[in-house]
Amino acid sequence: MTPTLSVRNLRVEIPTRRGVLTAIDDLSFDIAPGEVLGVVGESGAGKSITGTAIIGLLEPPARIAGGEIRLAGERIDDLSADAMRRVRGRRIGMIFQDPLTSLNPLYRIGEQLAETILTHERLSQRAATDKARRLLEEVGIPAAGDRLSSYPHQFSGGMRQRVVIALALAADPELVVADEPTTALDVSVQAQIITLLKRLCAERGASVMLITHDMGVIAETADRVCVLYAGRLAEIGPVRDVVKRPQHPYTHGLMAAIPTLHGDPDETLRQIPGAMPRLDAIPPGCPFNPRCDFAYGRCGSERPEPLDAGKSRAACFLHDADAAEAPPADTVRAARAVGLEVPQKVAEAAR
Amino acid sequence: MSLAETARPAAAGEPGTLVEVQGLDRVFDLSRPWLNRLIERRGRIRLTAVDGVDFAIRRGETYALVGESGSGKSTIAKMVVGLLPPSGGSVTIGGTDVWAGRGRDEQRRMRRRIQMIFQDPFASLNPRWRVEAIVAEPIKVFDLVPDAGRRRERVGELLSLVGLDPRDGQKFPHEFSGGQRQRIAIARALASEPEFIVCDEPTSALDVSVQAQVLNLLRDLQKRLGLTYLFISHNLAVVRHVATRVGVLYLGRLVEEAPARALFAEPLHPYTRMLLEAVPDIDMEGIERQSIAGEIPNPINPPRGCHFHPRCPHAMDRCRAEVPPRYAVGEAGVRCFLYDPDAT
Repeated sequence: MTPTLSVRNLRVEIPTRRGVLTAIDDLSFDIAPGEVLGVVGESGAGKSITGTAIIGLLEPPARIAGGEIRLAGERIDDLSADAMRRVRGRRIGMIFQDPLTSLNPLYRIGEQLAETILTHERLSQRAATDKARRLLEEVGIPAAGDRLSSYPHQFSGGMRQRVVIALALAADPELVVADEPTTALDVSVQAQIITLLKRLCAERGASVMLITHDMGVIAETADRVCVLYAGRLAEIGPVRDVVKRPQHPYTHGLMAAIPTLHGDPDETLRQIPGAMPRLDAIPPGCPFNPRCDFAYGRCGSERPEPLDAGKSRAACFLHDADAAEAPPADTVRAARAVGLEVPQKVAEAAR
Repeated sequence: MSLAETARPAAAGEPGTLVEVQGLDRVFDLSRPWLNRLIERRGRIRLTAVDGVDFAIRRGETYALVGESGSGKSTIAKMVVGLLPPSGGSVTIGGTDVWAGRGRDEQRRMRRRIQMIFQDPFASLNPRWRVEAIVAEPIKVFDLVPDAGRRRERVGELLSLVGLDPRDGQKFPHEFSGGQRQRIAIARALASEPEFIVCDEPTSALDVSVQAQVLNLLRDLQKRLGLTYLFISHNLAVVRHVATRVGVLYLGRLVEEAPARALFAEPLHPYTRMLLEAVPDIDMEGIERQSIAGEIPNPINPPRGCHFHPRCPHAMDRCRAEVPPRYAVGEAGVRCFLYDPDAT
């Protein structure tokens, strides 16, 4: 089956006065029809820039410098601005963090919805307004008919985000790109919005790319997760595996650093030393190697490609069964002790 | 290390209450000017941000206040440190009223004992000052170390205490990452040798891996220096990790207050239960959760009676009319009629 979205070897560059920065480097992933792919990472990991590259809204001077993006098999990264505008909204719906930036404060909600519907569908004004009302009902806005004539400021934060979801789904897109859709909302409202987004996309068979820094949201919503670090793929796999049995040392550290509502509250949180490198100072080799407990010789010079690791794929040499240079034996032991599935071949070759 | 000895005369584990907040109120007047009110025939608009909040913090403990936006948590923090005058009620720290002692000397002594760490480490450090000057400022203001050379040494000690290099003092804030800046803010807070630190969302601007560093540091410093914290946060998982006692705020009222373990094991107030239920958790993958209805009402015009009744699954007639008092349940206190022992 053709994936809804296919990203191959994507490279995004930002030319600056002091040289070209590589914001996204050799990133590949697919989203199957109806699948929810979570994209996680800390600030500066490149999650939002991946999202904007896909919807063709990269802010200059940032540009796609290599790779391909395909929507249902057709390339969309080389479309003209005009053609891309028709893809956006019609075939890809977008939801951003702050609902106020997605809504025009000067137009009534009904007008904005009807306008979006009319841009993509041949309908009469009346039919479009009717569809707008149905959409508002679907996203759970009480008295939808009356609220069509309200302005965005007359809605609460959660209700506004519902309107934005209605806008994103107005043209029945194949893919919805949601960038931190619940970050600006209170916890009690967050859960409502996530549940709603998930249900509506499932009903329509739309695929979702859910970008967030909140692992909790991903764990409850996504089918698969893609973990980014310094603009590169660290790990990709089924959500359960990535959360419970992370295979990249970075993912492992990240999961252990998250305070949860279970487990022992007196236990010291695991911390990853240092911070994510800035784009102008990404270390050679594996970008995570200066912070990694398991780094050895080649990690500082060679760049790891994503390799099979348990049920996931992780860009870490510990999973490289065909390596000429094996890691030290105690590194393998330590990595296995925390649950990294180091292949038997690597363990045997370890000095 | 010398710092641990000098920082606090009162050793950790000393029994007794350090901070006491009683009947704290804060009302903001959002009215238009009186002439407009006269012409437009409108009344005054008042927002009750904090409504009769009581709590006490024991020495060496971490008291956490949790709540969503508009719950009044930051307003309480400002009144506790003395940045915002309360409309009613009192805050006493070590027996001295923060807002009554108007004498300059007394107020200075008070200020030295209380420090604050803010949410945004990008806004709370002066970008034009070197780190050394930032950290040395409280020492100068309170004239703790008059000798310049000795003061420099002290700044170095403080920087190493928070896990930075003493040489970092020569740098400017923009040379540091968010987590390191928050360490600088912590070093500055420790510089006046306080016994009580108010942390207002100290990690919400940080990434998870760095958040863990800062939370662990705060905990470690508390153990070493016997500090007392008031920890303000909207993140329940973080609160569970740091707090000894927790107060849950909803629209300016403290709806539940309990030892942390009890609160997370057995939340009493329907709002607390809802809040705990709503937190997305990495241990909960694939679980369809019960969505909670409704949103936080506008604090200018909150619901009558118990503020939570429109969203509460257990709401009774009484909840719509009366404000529930605090009922004691074991070590906890809860403002909900479900716990009224005399209810019929």
